[in-house]
Amino acid sequence: MSNIVEIKNLEVTFATDGGDVKAVDDVSLSLAPGEVLAIVGESGSGKSVTAKSVLGLLPETAVSRGAIVLNNKEVIGMSGKRLRELRGVDVAMVFQEPSTALNPVFTVGWQIAEGLRAHGNVSKRDARTKAIEILRKVGIPEPDKRVDYYPHQFSGGQKQRVVIAMALVLEPELIVADEPTTALDVTVQAEILDLLRRCRDEFGAAIILITHNMGIVADLSDRVAVMYQGKLVEEAPAQQLFDAAQHPYTQKLLAAVPRIGSGASRAAARVADRAAAGGEKDADAIVIADNLEIEFPGRFGRAPFRAVDRVSFTISPGEVLGLVGESGSGKTTIGRAIGGLNKITGGSLSVLGHEMLGFKERKFRPVRSDIGFVFQDPASSFNPLLTIAQCVAEPLIVHGKAEDANDARGRVNELLEAVQLPRAFGDRYPHELSGGQRQRASLARSLALRPRLLIADEPTSALDVSVQAKVLELFAELQRDLGFAALFISHDLAVVDMLSDRIAVLYKGQLVEEGVGSEVLGNPQHPYTQRLLASLPVPDPREQTERREALRALTAVDY
Amino acid sequence: MTTTPSRFVAVWRKLPIVRQVRQSVGLQRGMLVAGLILTGIFLLTALFAPLLAPYGFSQLRDDDGAFGAQVPPGGAHILGTTVGGYDVLSRVIWGSRTAVLVIVVAVALSIFAGVLLGLVSGYLGSWIDRVLVVISDAVYAFPTLLLAIVAAIAISGGQSSFWGGVFAAAVSITVVYIPQYFRVIRAETVRIKSEAYVESAKVIGSSTPRIMFRHVFRNATRTLPLIFTLNSSEAILTLAGLGFLGFGIEPSAAAEWGYDLNKSISDVTSGIWWTSLFPGLAIVLVVLGITLVGESLNDLADPRLRTRRRADQSAPVLETAALSTVDLDDDSNPIDPLEARS
Repeated sequence: MSNIVEIKNLEVTFATDGGDVKAVDDVSLSLAPGEVLAIVGESGSGKSVTAKSVLGLLPETAVSRGAIVLNNKEVIGMSGKRLRELRGVDVAMVFQEPSTALNPVFTVGWQIAEGLRAHGNVSKRDARTKAIEILRKVGIPEPDKRVDYYPHQFSGGQKQRVVIAMALVLEPELIVADEPTTALDVTVQAEILDLLRRCRDEFGAAIILITHNMGIVADLSDRVAVMYQGKLVEEAPAQQLFDAAQHPYTQKLLAAVPRIGSGASRAAARVADRAAAGGEKDADAIVIADNLEIEFPGRFGRAPFRAVDRVSFTISPGEVLGLVGESGSGKTTIGRAIGGLNKITGGSLSVLGHEMLGFKERKFRPVRSDIGFVFQDPASSFNPLLTIAQCVAEPLIVHGKAEDANDARGRVNELLEAVQLPRAFGDRYPHELSGGQRQRASLARSLALRPRLLIADEPTSALDVSVQAKVLELFAELQRDLGFAALFISHDLAVVDMLSDRIAVLYKGQLVEEGVGSEVLGNPQHPYTQRLLASLPVPDPREQTERREALRALTAVDY
Repeated sequence: MTTTPSRFVAVWRKLPIVRQVRQSVGLQRGMLVAGLILTGIFLLTALFAPLLAPYGFSQLRDDDGAFGAQVPPGGAHILGTTVGGYDVLSRVIWGSRTAVLVIVVAVALSIFAGVLLGLVSGYLGSWIDRVLVVISDAVYAFPTLLLAIVAAIAISGGQSSFWGGVFAAAVSITVVYIPQYFRVIRAETVRIKSEAYVESAKVIGSSTPRIMFRHVFRNATRTLPLIFTLNSSEAILTLAGLGFLGFGIEPSAAAEWGYDLNKSISDVTSGIWWTSLFPGLAIVLVVLGITLVGESLNDLADPRLRTRRRADQSAPVLETAALSTVDLDDDSNPIDPLEARS
């Protein structure tokens, strides 16, 4: 059987403001029909560029050399017209963000038919029939009705199904999926991965899967290619790669993946530490939420939206509470309410002895020096016009601990060293730092006033796995040394497990389960927690196959 | 790396306009350079008007006697004289002075008021915001030239002096442009207000004025140079329009292109082309020059609109490893534009 794609010595060079950059360097890959090849690597490793060059989808600033042979057709140097004939029929693409990959002003049926119309004359009725058929195949309920729906009427997971349907409608032999589940929740991710598996089994399509999530790789792929700084460093069958990675970078990447179950021993050690330190056990809780309710006003004439519904929990001094839930579960809202960024509308929330119901900024301001906040997106959490040192000095200046940034520089240097950044980085501007470095600087800023409480809102979700591990380690270390209490918000159970003493699981604004990490993860009581846990792909193909079966059994029972 | 450039060169390369010229390529560079040349000539002419102009702007006679009306180009008057007996070349050169002054005064007035109002309105929100937005919308609803005429009459009171004329023109332009600056800054402020770095300033406990001026202000005003250049060209057009309609500056107070155009209307049909052509050309070239600069700066500031030189296969290529400042176990900056965008 001949290969569908043959990439030989591919080189892609981009012209940038800082000179030419080689994004892909001498990469050779091949893919047989019906095979799933995963390309993994961190951001900037050239994995997306490699995959997109198969469709000839590179921007004008890129120059590619080498050979890409797709179904005996040479893609590089192909004219725009030939490329258009190729796309959709031979190779299709599934994009990362389903909400932006669909045009909001057309019905999904129209958008699926668009692909059909581009490749030959199709009557309106035939196109519609085909669209309905393909929607049914990707598992959209009531396809003959929903074919006339607009994208906003679908949920995120369903939108991704529609995108996949668009890719499948011309029955391409190859599908390029660029991080197809990154924007989705874990439970939905499992369903989409199932669908992609069916694409291969039922439609016989080969898949190039681009991802940074090792769990997904283990779940779906037959073969794995690891890319690092534009070069292909390792290529092996999935099982072999996970069992015995050859290249040091691959080994490091695998080691960095957080695994569930590693946190229990850490938590126990921390509790022991605290007991040894003594005294603090009887101290009053730092945060007490009692039947906390947060509502957002609805549009005119509509009922307000209840984001947080009767949630009660406490955080004791020096304790790390992990808050887990999918998007829209209200976890970030709770974090922002504790930081005084959202107003609460019912119940009671006491932060460091300050009641947040009937919040007044002026009264709360002194309390703020005891609260640190780390934001999710390291790209936007720094004022782009101030240097890192000036940003980190801000809390010191605001609370009168320093006159200006120069005055605070000594303390800033200490803080930068505490988060393992070189002092010289203080003089750089935020955009000159990488994501991981910025997130560490963000940690330094939040710790500048030695807060008693730190709120970390998904601090690592925008980072690569290898960087995430470093930041988490640093967080744990600082927490141990400085002894602040923390609310750690994440959608990733494994990450929360690594750091937290106790874990609280939120589902649709309600707290469904709360307890010590080993209990919640080892013996989950609520069906949602069970499903969440089972949906999380583990970085081991063998184990993942078993877990997949377990999940299927779980989801078969509707709750 | 070859030789390290000297300190002076390094500073020079970072200067605002120089940096953009170096950054641009192809057609965009041509547009920018053409605009810069036109604007440069305009500014130099204004600066050295007393040296360049052969006669004063209100001069009607010299030692040889009166110039005479509508003298064709050539001889003592290279571009001829107007119906009023002024030297056309001198009027055109002196006119650039008036134009620069009006632009500077108009833009300075409208920027200060517009930016401050936009910042306060956008950041504080509530009823202040609503009232200001309604007022600026109301100003928008008036035809701009009509508004400018009313303002000109109100300020000059029918009298005409040099500064009175300049201020009348400038203030009437200001009235029209404050809402524009207000809108732009307000929109930027509203966007920046929800950025994480403003929220992080809030959780730190910064006071509202501090957040507004240290964090929001400088970020919101980044696009101002672009609006500034685009509005300058519109200011010239408004000034010329006012002059053309007879609400500008009297010829005895200063030279003004719009006024000269107005007086040359009757000449056009009688075959006297030089009185209207040169002031008109001056307006067109200056507006074109400033607009070219503004548009190219606008395009260059946006990475999606900026054209880049195609990657050159013969030139030495930066290895990706050389770009990332960190070692193997840290993430490098996303270097490929595809990933950087996502």
